[in-house]
Amino acid sequence: MSEPLQPVIVGAGPAGIRATERLVRAGLRPIVLDEGQRAGGQIYRRPLIDDGRSYRSRYGSEAGKAQSLHQAFEALLPQIDYRPETLVWNISAPERGNQLDVLSSGVHRQIDFSQLILCTGATDRVLPFSGWTTPGVYTLGASQTTLKAQGCTVGDRVVFMGSGPLLYLVAWQYMKAGARVEAVLDTAPFTSKRHLLSLAVHAPRIVALGLFYGLQLQLAGVKIRYAVRPQAVLGKSQVEGLRFRRRALTGDLVETIRCDALAYGFALRPETQLADLAGCRFRFDERDRTWLPERDAFGRTSRRDVYVAGDGSGIAGADAAEISGELAAAALLQDIGHEAADATRLVATREAILRQRDILERAFPFPDDWFETVPDETTLCRCEEITIAEGRRAIASGSITEINRLKALSRVGMGRCQGRMCSAAATELLSGACATSAGEVGRLRAQAPVKPIPLGFGTDVETEVRT
Amino acid sequence: MSRRLSVDVAIIGGGLVGSSAALAMRKAGLSVALVDKGYCGAQASGVNYGGVRRQGRPPEQLPLSQRAHRIWPQLKAMIGIDAEYVRSGHLKLARTEKDFAKLETYAETVRDYGLGLELVAGSGFAERFPWLSAKAVGASLCPEDGHANPRLVAPAFARAAERAGVTVLEQTPVREVTATGNGFAILAGDGVEIRCRQLVNSAGAWSDRFAAQFGEAVPLTRIYPSMVVTEPLPLRLPMSMGEQGGSFYGRQVARGNYVMGGGRGLPLGDPDYSRPSVTAASSVMQRAIALFPHLAHAQVIRFWSGTEAEMPDGNPVIGPSETTSGLFHAYGFCGAGFQTAPAVGEVLAELVTEGRSTTPIQAFSIGRFRKVAVETAASL
Amino acid sequence: MSMHAQFRRRYRLDETPVPFTLNGVAETGRRGDTVLTAILSVSGRLRQSEFTGEDRAGFCLIGACQDCYVRLANGGRVRACSTALEPGMAFITDLDAMAEAAHE
Repeated sequence: MSEPLQPVIVGAGPAGIRATERLVRAGLRPIVLDEGQRAGGQIYRRPLIDDGRSYRSRYGSEAGKAQSLHQAFEALLPQIDYRPETLVWNISAPERGNQLDVLSSGVHRQIDFSQLILCTGATDRVLPFSGWTTPGVYTLGASQTTLKAQGCTVGDRVVFMGSGPLLYLVAWQYMKAGARVEAVLDTAPFTSKRHLLSLAVHAPRIVALGLFYGLQLQLAGVKIRYAVRPQAVLGKSQVEGLRFRRRALTGDLVETIRCDALAYGFALRPETQLADLAGCRFRFDERDRTWLPERDAFGRTSRRDVYVAGDGSGIAGADAAEISGELAAAALLQDIGHEAADATRLVATREAILRQRDILERAFPFPDDWFETVPDETTLCRCEEITIAEGRRAIASGSITEINRLKALSRVGMGRCQGRMCSAAATELLSGACATSAGEVGRLRAQAPVKPIPLGFGTDVETEVRT
Repeated sequence: MSRRLSVDVAIIGGGLVGSSAALAMRKAGLSVALVDKGYCGAQASGVNYGGVRRQGRPPEQLPLSQRAHRIWPQLKAMIGIDAEYVRSGHLKLARTEKDFAKLETYAETVRDYGLGLELVAGSGFAERFPWLSAKAVGASLCPEDGHANPRLVAPAFARAAERAGVTVLEQTPVREVTATGNGFAILAGDGVEIRCRQLVNSAGAWSDRFAAQFGEAVPLTRIYPSMVVTEPLPLRLPMSMGEQGGSFYGRQVARGNYVMGGGRGLPLGDPDYSRPSVTAASSVMQRAIALFPHLAHAQVIRFWSGTEAEMPDGNPVIGPSETTSGLFHAYGFCGAGFQTAPAVGEVLAELVTEGRSTTPIQAFSIGRFRKVAVETAASL
Repeated sequence: MSMHAQFRRRYRLDETPVPFTLNGVAETGRRGDTVLTAILSVSGRLRQSEFTGEDRAGFCLIGACQDCYVRLANGGRVRACSTALEPGMAFITDLDAMAEAAHE
């Protein structure tokens, strides 16, 4: 008989929870490792303690989904080995066995897995501009998380900027929470929104909600601007305003808006470091403009026994994440001899959502001309505080055409965040300088530890093996 | 992209040895092509610890090491950057009396080479090095040793060589190299043909392949460093550190990060690639905490590894081929080639222009492995 | 130039107070706060960057950007966005105070 099974799921967001549920239903008892204090992931993030708000108040139109996901996970607790506040910081290479290095309450553990489902999620995709490191500038996701999980707004008078469906949603949520929304600055031109018409056929609910948020913001007198490019954050030690340029029929206009906080982002970027350390093969994805672990329709990767699900395997949103979590678990079960009669239906549902995302991407396009107007002295890498000028100089003087080479010679992406906040920008900068496509400059190789670990951690190692 | 070149010298391998050799040869008036399968300085030259250290080397390496010691302060003039080179001092700790005795013996052995070693022990030790925990018996200080940024040095040599007129071909793996009687013919990359009178094999961990092609099999093995880097921290560690009888080494760079190593990384299925070992990294981290109590709350932000070449006797191969006229070898620096490499570049330039080195290199002759190679062949 | 609180509380206003100190000054957070929320509800920065000394006040707030490490008076550090506030915590968020602490 083979070794006992010890499936491990990393991440307890929509994908991780549905994957867990599916494995439990088949009689397995997975280990669930999650960095968060409470399960739910980012989109359905829960506060540290109950704050008296209803699901409706906290999650709005997605309240039903949030509640059902949280309840599903609560019900699973007796049947799983759940470890919150646990960082998986390394995965052994395929030829060195199936082992995770895990840090939890200051203790380093090594955990064997028989199968691994990575549900590592995503973070905001950001680009640098003058003043983006000023206190009071946050990502869009940060502003939403603060409201959802901490019951705070990131300022009193807030400007929202970027491209993506989250832009209008968060602005509306802030308005509802009592903050003053000074402006919504869409970096995409108004004409890009025509794509929503074709989306309305396939996903009327998404479009209706978007129109509702936009309309309510306008009725409340919130300035909405299109084709925006930021010029500079005003204020040195805290945000005092934003100067921006926008394209109008009459030519470019420059406007200044006073505010005490700015939240911005350009859709999401996947967290793929663990899949990389696991040795999974990657491919460049044109729509997400980033490298993703290769996966089949179920979430099988190129490494046997390693599966991916959710936004960490390609940005598709929370609904798709739930389905892909279930699919990855179904694939795992199939691979050990179980049936999965509903797999075809799940694949079809996920693919329908992916097609909607394609349209959304056209309605909220990435600003690929970004670096044409960002001043050279702007910080490119906020950890190492490397400027765009330094990045450009390294590219020119070192004849650099590959992103790891740029990292080696300029330090961009070498700091605490390991390129999470600057790799999109570095990719654009480098491919722009080389006049190639983003896919041509390669991807930053992940290194352990995928997030900082305490130097003193090594004194207490516990090894958990399959018994 | 097909391309034909005819040069005086072709150099296979754009590490610090190959890049500095290219620059030195070009300055001597030769036409040079420098060929690398990836990027110049991306392997051992770029992934090593960055120690610019003479202390601890065997005596036969010290003439070369002293020559390099005179080159390092001139980097800015030679290649346009100082590559963060600092003569911080290198402090080698002894944890026990026995280890300290070994440091004393070493200092005595290399007395005539001018390293300026200073042995520190006893009551003054703790006052002299207040940033250390007091667990060491003593130490040997080499005040003019130091460190530099390994990621920057070799690429800057390659770019300087290019500016001086060297043809630098990166991403151009050598597919075939043959002796033509009056020189060599190389096929590389996507249709690159190079003809040269003389050839340098400085391909690091990939050198054995080329040596074997000319009937000179060498017992080269691969080693992989296991490095640990902290977040930037207030400047506190003024010297590069090593240990007698221990494998820990560490330094703090000007930007504040502690760069530390010890033990070995592990090769992947494809031995061109490796990973740091968690076991080795944990040992490094524990030793760092023991040595530097002020790091108690520090965070580690990354590990790294890479591929280096090691020879069984701890010395590199440097010098002319014994089978093929016009061929020169320089590799196998056993994880300690960073400091000496710029001098090796000059030595190679002397070898190709004058046929002899002004610095003694007999100890590094490839001939010392002839017997080993014959035995290996016989056992097959 | 005076620094204003960056965050504005909208909920949990009557939650149990949790005392902490910021650069030696007594402050009050709320039960359920992260360290980041507690500090930014009374102040406008979490730390100063290593190389330029610029003020920082977090960025992604979900544990990815690593920009919100806050120094504790005992020399330790916590990632403010993912650490729950505990009574009696003592934070240092400016370099001058840090330099003084280092001299002790």
